[in-house]
Amino acid sequence: MEYVSPEGLRLDGRRPMEMRQLRAELGAVSRADGSAVFEMGNTKVIAAVYGPREVQNRSQQINDKALIRCEYTMANFSTGDRLRRPKGDRRSTEISLVIRQTMEACIMTHLMPRSQIDIFVQVLQADGGTRSACINAATLALADAGIPMCDLVTSCSAGYLNSTPLLDLNYVEDSAGGPDVTVGILPKLDKVTLLQMDAKLPMDIFENVMQLATEGCKAVANYIREVLLENTKQLENRRGV
Amino acid sequence: MEQRLANTLIMTVNEKKFIENALVSDIRVDGRRPFDYRNLTIRFGSEDGSSEVQLGKTQVLAFVTGQLVQPYRDRPNEGSFAIYTEFSPMADPSFEPGRPGDSAIELGRIVDRGLRESRAVDTESLCVIAGKVVWSIRIDLHIIDNGGNLVDAANIAALAALSTFRRPECTVGGEDGQELTIHPPDVREPLPLILHHFPVAVTFGFIGKENIVKAGGDGVLQSVIMQCLRIASVKAGDITSKIKNAVESYNTQRSLRKIKRHNPSSAVSNVAKHHTVREPNSQSVDTNALRASQPSCATPVDKLNEESTQVNPETKSTQQSSDMNSSASTHEVTDIGSPEKQSNTLKDAVKPKHKRRKKSTSNVNAN
Repeated sequence: MEYVSPEGLRLDGRRPMEMRQLRAELGAVSRADGSAVFEMGNTKVIAAVYGPREVQNRSQQINDKALIRCEYTMANFSTGDRLRRPKGDRRSTEISLVIRQTMEACIMTHLMPRSQIDIFVQVLQADGGTRSACINAATLALADAGIPMCDLVTSCSAGYLNSTPLLDLNYVEDSAGGPDVTVGILPKLDKVTLLQMDAKLPMDIFENVMQLATEGCKAVANYIREVLLENTKQLENRRGV
Repeated sequence: MEQRLANTLIMTVNEKKFIENALVSDIRVDGRRPFDYRNLTIRFGSEDGSSEVQLGKTQVLAFVTGQLVQPYRDRPNEGSFAIYTEFSPMADPSFEPGRPGDSAIELGRIVDRGLRESRAVDTESLCVIAGKVVWSIRIDLHIIDNGGNLVDAANIAALAALSTFRRPECTVGGEDGQELTIHPPDVREPLPLILHHFPVAVTFGFIGKENIVKAGGDGVLQSVIMQCLRIASVKAGDITSKIKNAVESYNTQRSLRKIKRHNPSSAVSNVAKHHTVREPNSQSVDTNALRASQPSCATPVDKLNEESTQVNPETKSTQQSSDMNSSASTHEVTDIGSPEKQSNTLKDAVKPKHKRRKKSTSNVNAN
């Protein structure tokens, strides 16, 4: 199957280095301390953050840092066929673990000892790149909750089909069986906190694809910064500043 | 799902400082240099598809088993494989019994991703009848002792076990091509899995200035990642050759064992295990040899041959085509057993006298 046409267009009409359309909204869940909806093309993810609050399970309390918990779930209606997913299935547990470790890198946990921060992420529409959308949504939700972070964490995926590096794969391109590199970075510090890949790639091509994904992450970071700035201006207006 | 943090290792400030200071002069706590691996030993169990890997103090066991199942609907001609990890509580004080925790699932997923997405295990060769019956391979990883770097050790154990696993051969036969025969390992040599390549895991740890972190720490620069990749590819080559050597020595030992088994008595008794018709072969050889030894010495050999040919027509009628091979092997057996064998003549092909047949059937009844 041809994923990149001879004119250089992908299946959904994008160029190889083009990301899907981004859309973010803050404060979607009113009861949560912070929440956000993040869309990357057709992938839609909602994240809610509760915290910092008292640790619910005393045995897990850490005395000098905050405890970060993360839960990733996919809604039954998120994929093409309505599947009843078991809650603790391995893929969800792994992605929860990955998101938790990535966010732990940027949250200043030493400022909130003996407390707990919960991040709940649910995928409402899955069209490829759910992991990246979840991390971006979690970043926004944490910022909305006012939790101190040393930098934003943004994530984007890239692949390699028909000998072309492609940015931001959608579901069809993802299930083509080609390599899929997900990168999460701290944009200002220019450091990589998440790197996952499926299938195999020769090393020099891998470097290109990783570079492309990092560029995508930086583009997402710019967008997120705009959204946060806009949100802060609105808050200032409401306060009458 | 989170493990109790009360039992995890909490390092004192002194220990952390000691590790950091040692690293400044490129020495690790156990005297290794930054990119040195610990001693790797790969051992195999008595069964095919079981391996034990020791990496320094870390011990991991891997078992591979196969089962015939129905394939997934969207992949009707591919087999499947699944990885189950168990962090045994004896390995580390912080491992809890029961459902696998986060780190157990992460380890399982990493090994799974290495084998599945890169198509290291050839799943299409696991198909027996498309859409109905395929092999499902199950890999169980048991952590016996946690001395660090479980991911690498578990990966090596899984690869070693997969390389030595043998699945029974099945043939599809019958009238409509849907009848499945699974041949027991004594009848037909079981087949190994087809592994296209060996994905080897190499784990790197980054020790920062303030705290010792394994994953999700400060983050690393891209250039560092590429450097790690290059080092990892060199190490992976080392480890692959070690695994291949260990597997080869195991295979040679295994084939030596198989050759030793082809003794007349032991082989015939092996064959006897599976088909009751075989038993009369051994029994009647003995009794008729006894009788035959009385008249002359040349005749017992003839009788031996006649017995085996006599058994053949019976088996042909009752069993499936697989038995032709086994009867061929019994021919071989008798060859080795009776060195002064004469080549089969037309006389042997002639149907035996009813007297002989009665004796063998009576032996069947006796059995």
